[in-house]
Amino acid sequence: MPITYTSGEQVEVYRFNLPITIGVPLVALFLQAFVPRHFHFFTIFDLPLLVTIFFAMARRNPVSGLLTGGIIGVLQDSLTSLPIGVYGIAKTVVGFGASSLGVKLDVENAGARLLVTIGFYVVHEIVYFMVARGMVGLTLQWSWPHELWSALANALLGVLLFAVLDRFKKRT
Amino acid sequence: MESVLGRYRNLIILVGVLFAQVLGLAVQVKRTSENESSRLIRIWTVATVTPLEKGLVWIQSSTYGVWHNYLYLRGVRQENRDLKAEIERLRLEQVRLSQDAEQARRLQALLSFKEQYVAQTMAAQVIGSSGSEQSRSIYIDKGSRDGIKPDMAVITADGVVGKVLRVFHSTSLVLLIDDQSSGVGAILEKSRIQGVLRGTPSGEVILEKVMADNEVQPGETVLTSGGDSIFPKGMRVGTVTRVTQGAELFLNIKVKPTANLGQIEEVLVITRKEEREPSLAETGPVRAVDILAQRLPSVPDKPPTPETNKTDAGKPAQTAASTPPAVAAAPAEKQASDKPARSGSDPAVKPLDANSGTVKPATTQKAAPATIKVSDKNPKPATNQSKPQPVPPQDTPQ
Repeated sequence: MPITYTSGEQVEVYRFNLPITIGVPLVALFLQAFVPRHFHFFTIFDLPLLVTIFFAMARRNPVSGLLTGGIIGVLQDSLTSLPIGVYGIAKTVVGFGASSLGVKLDVENAGARLLVTIGFYVVHEIVYFMVARGMVGLTLQWSWPHELWSALANALLGVLLFAVLDRFKKRT
Repeated sequence: MESVLGRYRNLIILVGVLFAQVLGLAVQVKRTSENESSRLIRIWTVATVTPLEKGLVWIQSSTYGVWHNYLYLRGVRQENRDLKAEIERLRLEQVRLSQDAEQARRLQALLSFKEQYVAQTMAAQVIGSSGSEQSRSIYIDKGSRDGIKPDMAVITADGVVGKVLRVFHSTSLVLLIDDQSSGVGAILEKSRIQGVLRGTPSGEVILEKVMADNEVQPGETVLTSGGDSIFPKGMRVGTVTRVTQGAELFLNIKVKPTANLGQIEEVLVITRKEEREPSLAETGPVRAVDILAQRLPSVPDKPPTPETNKTDAGKPAQTAASTPPAVAAAPAEKQASDKPARSGSDPAVKPLDANSGTVKPATTQKAAPATIKVSDKNPKPATNQSKPQPVPPQDTPQ
């Protein structure tokens, strides 16, 4: 059971093994590419985003968070037919925001994680929407009901995923 | 100064990283071809992820194969019987269609008409997807080492799937036809109206650039037009499901792809296309009188009598009086024996035309000049106006 604090001086910072740091994002990318082939509805989930939020909140370091988000996003971009950087920019912002929030708030319990994930999913979609429309010229349609349902679905999956990934945490 | 930098260090790094990515994105969007640095990132990522996908697909297909080929054989006998019946039906249909094809080839040869043929295909297995709703694409297990190149057409037995977008060493990225950046030159099968097939952000497929004064009915089949120089002409793409009035004098036509794009297991990549015109050598010798004999209106049969029935049973169709009997007899007799479906007066073949419900242009057109330019009035004689219909076995001449 991790010890959590809301004070900036007493906040618990975690670190991860190198295999976990590299392996978990790669597995997330792999599943994101593989599972929708069999279950098309899985495209509403964004596993790389959930992993980004988890690492950012656990490390509580904004620079580490934005770099983690940026790298995972660029790797996700490289699997698509779109130019590289669309997911990269969105996940950089989310990584920075999640780690900054993790410094100030208690984000270790399930309820907080649910709300934080919903919030950052919407932020991610807004940034993605702006970049994809503004820079790449994609014709996207924004639908609040769709985004909110997707956010809730991702948050529920995130709560389960974070509980699993908590096992790999190491205190500094 | 140092304190300001230290205080806003995180924010400065964030702005710097975002600026670098925006710059890189702008460079990629501006360039038509992908630059080397971004291509390297793609190669590394694909090389890392796809071996896992290939391994899982192999395990999955092996398990499925053992189960379905050796263990779960329920209903196989019935399926075998059904398939045999289907083969018989298709054989009979093939006989009739080959007649149409032969005539089309002859006319194409006379018109120096060039046609695209699918000369070579390569089977490939789908191993993954992009995993994004905004990028509808799949990965296949064939790449540059197998001879795959960008812009090759990808199809299944059901219809068109997409085109090869990026090629890696052992894998390729295929852009599906329901992606919003894809475009396929398409033509409606019956009305012959051309348009452009595009994907939408929601994953639907629509036919664009069809004027509102055209009449398009739901249920009509959409084929490739060949105008995009990627997909050969005449391949099935989808079926019109809904037609509504769109913006700017165009129709809004929704199309359901015939290939199940969400559940594709295996595909065929068209690795080689040939563009050639059929030669007269491969269709057999054709004389002008042969063409005329087919195009002239036939003389109705005399009322059958016991004597004439016996003597005329094997005789050819009667042609116009202007055709000398000695000249017309030989080709028409060949026609009667080889191509029963084309002979208008042979009782044995009448059910075919009656079955299709249409009158074939080859037998209804008026007499043409002696020169072969008769075909100029009707460049697509058999294939466009009379759609081949399945022939019930009982109606087919034996």
